[in-house]
Amino acid sequence: MGLEAKLTQDGFLTTTIDAVVSWARKSSVWPMPMGISCCAIEMIAAADPKYDIARFGSEVMRFTPRQCDLMIVAGTVTYKMAQVVRRIYDQMPEPKWVIAMGACTSSGGMYRSYSVVQGIDQFLPVDVYAAGCPPRPENLLNALMTIQDKIGKTRARDFQDIIQPKLEITNN
Amino acid sequence: MEVKEFIVQKVKECVGEANVEVTDAFGDLSITVKKEKLLELARFLKENNELEFVMCKDVTAVDWATRKKRFTTVYHIYSFKLNFTLRVKVNLDEEPYQVESVAPIWESANWYERETFDMYGIEFLNHPDLRRMYMPEGFQYYPLRKDFPVMGIPGSLPLPQKPE
Repeated sequence: MGLEAKLTQDGFLTTTIDAVVSWARKSSVWPMPMGISCCAIEMIAAADPKYDIARFGSEVMRFTPRQCDLMIVAGTVTYKMAQVVRRIYDQMPEPKWVIAMGACTSSGGMYRSYSVVQGIDQFLPVDVYAAGCPPRPENLLNALMTIQDKIGKTRARDFQDIIQPKLEITNN
Repeated sequence: MEVKEFIVQKVKECVGEANVEVTDAFGDLSITVKKEKLLELARFLKENNELEFVMCKDVTAVDWATRKKRFTTVYHIYSFKLNFTLRVKVNLDEEPYQVESVAPIWESANWYERETFDMYGIEFLNHPDLRRMYMPEGFQYYPLRKDFPVMGIPGSLPLPQKPE
């Protein structure tokens, strides 16, 4: 007499819409792999069978921002690249989350220099910072789980008023 | 060394002894040539069939900051025939810092000179496409100059506005 037998006997359960929606959201976070430099290699490693990001429902790395919920900014963001990163972020549909992966992304890291943005939180709302140079895949998975916790605490109505921003056409 | 002596002799024959200065540091031969003679020498080094320096490996510059002749442009060229890398230098003294482009002679110098222009603000005359390479278009400064601060000039590189 297993769980299946119990469930098939009593064919319903009660919950709230909020719980179901946030559970569905957090179990299929589709990442936008914004792999800019070496952190991207660790991000790829997180997707391989050994670390297997699919266990968390995030194996669908989409290379178009329009299908993504989570942006993993993996690598050194220069001022020139910041325009591009922000543009891709703007193209992602709401609701969306951001992981700043690695030291460079979070704070500029060892690149204390004129060309590198000293932390992407200057132009992006970051939800989770993953420490490391580069962070090991476990650490990225930890960041993903933190995001999942965060999504799990949201309610469906939190996002009903959000309007997708209009994209400006720039020359950058 | 035999090859070096041969090259130096050829170079002096081409542009005249008064216009070149030869140094041999750590086994690398450098030839400093007068600015006006650069193109003549470059074409000679490439086209002379005893030398055949057909490959331009790098063009860069040095900012000496306090010297009177502030900038030196450096050309690294290679001859397959002699299996030899030669360094040609040109000192630039007065503003505006300008030198003739060698891109019409060595195609590869095109982007190297763009890079040098981007980083040092040295203008290469008659360059086919002298635009910024790494820094965004419209950037006002030259980052590898010694008077440029490491952390840059605040506000010179725009960042997107952070959403609320």
